[in-house]
Amino acid sequence: MFAYYCNLALRSFRRDKALTALMVVAIALGIGACMTTLTVFHVLSGDPIPGKSDRLFYVQLDPEDMQGYTPGEEPAEQVTRYDAEALLREKRGTRQAMMTGGGISVTPGREGLAPFVSDARYTTADFFQMFDVPLLHGGGWSAREDEAHARVAVISRALNERVFGGGNSVGKQLRIDQTDFTVVGVVDEWRPTPRFYDMNSDRYGELEDVFLPFSTSRDLQMGRNGSMSCWGDSDGDSTGVNAPCVWIQYWVELDSPEKAAAYRDYLVNYSDQQRTAGRYKRPTNVRLRNVMEWLDFNRVVPNDVVMQLWLGFGFLLVCLVNTVGLLLAKFLRRGSEIGVRRALGASRGAIFTQCLVEAGAIGVAGGILGLGLSLLGLWAVRQQPASYAELAHLDLGMLLLTFVVAIVASVLAGLLPAWRAMQVTPAIQLKSQ
Amino acid sequence: MDIRPILSTLMRHKTAASLIVAEIALTCAIICNALFMISDRLDQIREVSGLAENELVRVQITSIGSDADQSARTRTDLASLRALPGVKDATILNQVPFVNSSWNSGVRLNREQQQSTLSATTYMAEDQFIETLGLKLVAGRDFTPDEFVEFENFDLPGVSPLIPSAIITRSMAEKLFPGEDAVGKTFYSWSEQPTRVIGVVEHLVRPSQMGGPTAREYSMVFPLRPHYNLGGNYVIRTDPERRAEVLEAAKATLQANGADRIILEENTKTFEQLRHEYYQAPRAMAWLLGIVCVALLLITALGIIGLASFWVQQRTKQIGVRRALGATRGQILRYFQTENFLLASIGIALGMLLAFAINQLLMGKYEMARLPLLYLPAGAVLLWGLGQLAVFAPARRAASIPPAVATRSV
Repeated sequence: MFAYYCNLALRSFRRDKALTALMVVAIALGIGACMTTLTVFHVLSGDPIPGKSDRLFYVQLDPEDMQGYTPGEEPAEQVTRYDAEALLREKRGTRQAMMTGGGISVTPGREGLAPFVSDARYTTADFFQMFDVPLLHGGGWSAREDEAHARVAVISRALNERVFGGGNSVGKQLRIDQTDFTVVGVVDEWRPTPRFYDMNSDRYGELEDVFLPFSTSRDLQMGRNGSMSCWGDSDGDSTGVNAPCVWIQYWVELDSPEKAAAYRDYLVNYSDQQRTAGRYKRPTNVRLRNVMEWLDFNRVVPNDVVMQLWLGFGFLLVCLVNTVGLLLAKFLRRGSEIGVRRALGASRGAIFTQCLVEAGAIGVAGGILGLGLSLLGLWAVRQQPASYAELAHLDLGMLLLTFVVAIVASVLAGLLPAWRAMQVTPAIQLKSQ
Repeated sequence: MDIRPILSTLMRHKTAASLIVAEIALTCAIICNALFMISDRLDQIREVSGLAENELVRVQITSIGSDADQSARTRTDLASLRALPGVKDATILNQVPFVNSSWNSGVRLNREQQQSTLSATTYMAEDQFIETLGLKLVAGRDFTPDEFVEFENFDLPGVSPLIPSAIITRSMAEKLFPGEDAVGKTFYSWSEQPTRVIGVVEHLVRPSQMGGPTAREYSMVFPLRPHYNLGGNYVIRTDPERRAEVLEAAKATLQANGADRIILEENTKTFEQLRHEYYQAPRAMAWLLGIVCVALLLITALGIIGLASFWVQQRTKQIGVRRALGATRGQILRYFQTENFLLASIGIALGMLLAFAINQLLMGKYEMARLPLLYLPAGAVLLWGLGQLAVFAPARRAASIPPAVATRSV
């Protein structure tokens, strides 16, 4: 029966080429717009570190003075160097790392290669294991190197290609800011999307090129990037241990919800102690958010992308209403044909199913064309200057979803016209012939 | 034209009629909001910066490691840049507009105040700041040479910061001292000592979008001479046609003053380029919204054409009878156009309610402004026009139905 309905649908398409083409194009445009925006949204709002995002927590404390204090407001978005170093020393999590972004200059030893600047991350030993950083060669450094302010560096694959021409460069020397560093590791391709560990710099950008021990970066007074917020007088050195400035991201790994709760208590305790000691002035106000909560809080998906998603859905809706109208016209125009079929014994259900098959067939055609349009749309997105642009690719799930959406949408659009069509009374149609 | 027969016919085709109404309503709602967003983006792109943009170029430079002579080297750099042929003025800035990186600070009106009145961005100025950027002083005066302090000396440990004078923008002056002359007034920002406003410039945008549209020009200028490792922004003013040449000469000059420095080529460009890149996202969004609007109108028009054609076909006999009874072609044409006008009107009315509902939602969630009423009549006229245009072809086909078909059996 299904094959027969398909056959009927094909005949009907041939009879009403313009109308059918119009419907297919309408559905395709709607699907294309919707799937393009949905794919971009899907890529940008994904879990950057699946499997571990509920075990990694971002720490916020409230170390500011009373000036500008509003009860109930969010604590500072980053922590002070003093607090970060204190929490790191006490090691109450499974793993923990403090970090900040930085800018450095690299002087390659190779002939004909001029010095250039790169983005860096100054962090501590646990960073690599905590964030599951894939390493192509070598590894991270240990807490001992942190304490020794060692001149060691982990570099990105791209920098390894650029300076050493690829290969295993572990043990080689790299000149950074006029100081020699020993390469201990090379990071493999890694692009957490968004780059969740630091919300201050480009959120969808590529990985930093160089990772150095935080302690070393301070020894050498290396330039820092990202946001810094100060209150009071930092006495000439806003990156000093005692500077009243927040500029460091602090992450902790906690294996279970119980451990997270215990760690929160620990933070409350720590904050209370700091107030007793006179360092903190405000009432205790701590936050411990896991990766997805932290991304949500930061509204990581750009507003424009969310707006485009809504626009895509609105567009699809208009296209569907349009299709409902056209299907209605199409089915009712065939009133006489339906009358004959009904008179020859087709049940209402059969007419209904036949109409839905026809609508579904339009959906399949619209889906294929729509897929083409979303590929075109994503190509257009990739031409944009935004740093997330290059990530806009259709994956298998989205590809399947495109067809499901197209067919479901067109069948939904066909429901009303099919219902109207099945109510055609055979007698009147036959009489008027 | 008698509307009643049209209405009674429409009542018999409720489904088809309500589909047209629904489509027009949805399109109207989306388009009103989309047009509003487009105009908002265009406002951003057209923003006045206050700078002599087409005469300015920026060279960004950084040292390899730290530079003990950074302040002295900056003096030498500036002297050699100013000596270049074609250079009108040159200065160095801690931050430049159209680059999303900025220094911001709370501003209070008195020392005891707990909450800042506003957050402003801080430009650190060197002697030729006003001339180089081409800012327009509308009140007060420029800094005098003895007011400038090297930022490096200011930032030393044990030195308590003191900034006696500042130049602020008109927009910031109006916010701090509404209705008053800001020159001579004081505020508190970086230090516990008051800073006196000595001049007001007409426009000067802040580098970042911090604080939203109202805070775009909350900018203050402090007479603190930055050194080149504080952002590294050398800004040079020249004739528009000499920009490329000056840019090349400036790079060579800076490189000649010390090879232990890196010129950041990708950030070294004219201000027009900087501005163009800075507004790329809103420009792309405006284009996208525009394309969607056109596509929506097209889809809606095609939908109306499809349904109207179907109607005409269905009513061929009825039209023939009316023609046989003496109705003119014009009357048949007007019948369909009036019918469409009625449907469009209902759709537009619903669409406007929906437009406001969507706007409310966006206002709550995405900090969008309230939809100005002006967009509603604009959207209405657009959709009325579209409806009339779309229905014209089917209506003309209806009008051309000869009276004879009424008497002929089908």
